[in-house]
Amino acid sequence: MRTRLQSVKNTRRWRSSGLVILATLLLSACGDWALIEQVPPWERGQLARPEMAWDPDPMQAALRQHIYFSKEATAGAASAGGGGCGCN
Amino acid sequence: MKQIQAMIQGKPCRRSVMRAMLELLLVGVLLAGGPRTTLAEASVMAPMFSLPALQGGEAVSLEQFRGKVVYLDFWASWCGPCRQSLPMLDALRAEIGNDRFEVVAINLDEKPEQGLAFLAQFPVRYPVLFDAPKQTPRDYQLQGMPSAFLIDAQGYIRLAHTGFKPADIEPLRAAVLQLIATHPTPGAQHAN
Repeated sequence: MRTRLQSVKNTRRWRSSGLVILATLLLSACGDWALIEQVPPWERGQLARPEMAWDPDPMQAALRQHIYFSKEATAGAASAGGGGCGCN
Repeated sequence: MKQIQAMIQGKPCRRSVMRAMLELLLVGVLLAGGPRTTLAEASVMAPMFSLPALQGGEAVSLEQFRGKVVYLDFWASWCGPCRQSLPMLDALRAEIGNDRFEVVAINLDEKPEQGLAFLAQFPVRYPVLFDAPKQTPRDYQLQGMPSAFLIDAQGYIRLAHTGFKPADIEPLRAAVLQLIATHPTPGAQHAN
């Protein structure tokens, strides 16, 4: 009885691990081949628009960041590593 | 086709390694100073095309320029470095003259009006073509914008370049002059 139970458990374990492997393979297949498509260089006109940039206006971004870290009294508070010590 | 990609990525063909080493040795021993660009071996033929001019009119083919050194430039109105490259290429063509050298530009904008508006700001005297189906960038396996290929008088790609900065113009001038010196007779191909 115990052996049979053991074998059923083993089969279930194998099935579940098989499912996990299958799911991983499917997901990686989706990620690598199906969903992600590289935009060819000549079709990047929309991506090159100024409003698509992280900081459309670098001067304004620098000013905002300066105001931010001055208020917070931290260096690189917005994005850079470190900060928080108020020692700028 | 893999050879074009290798050329863009700057990987020399295996056959040319020994020759390149010899050339480097010779250059090192015999010559001094001056900007210099290593030209690839004449082994990859430039893919042919026949495209209409951006301003409209008859189709222009690459074959028409056989016998001349051709700088094939892929550009688009949204490409930042093209604002610098187009005027500089126009000046280079004016300086070298178009009897043995020609700049051929292919505009890759979605609509021709975008390219025309750009040219109104940065006018050039060399032929500018428009590729609506975008087949030439696939044939030339473009890796970025702008991209350019220096094609010798026999139609072989001798240099592939991605991107542009003003400092690139000097090595380009040297490469063009080097290629012209290799084929000094203008229109030699037409005589055949």
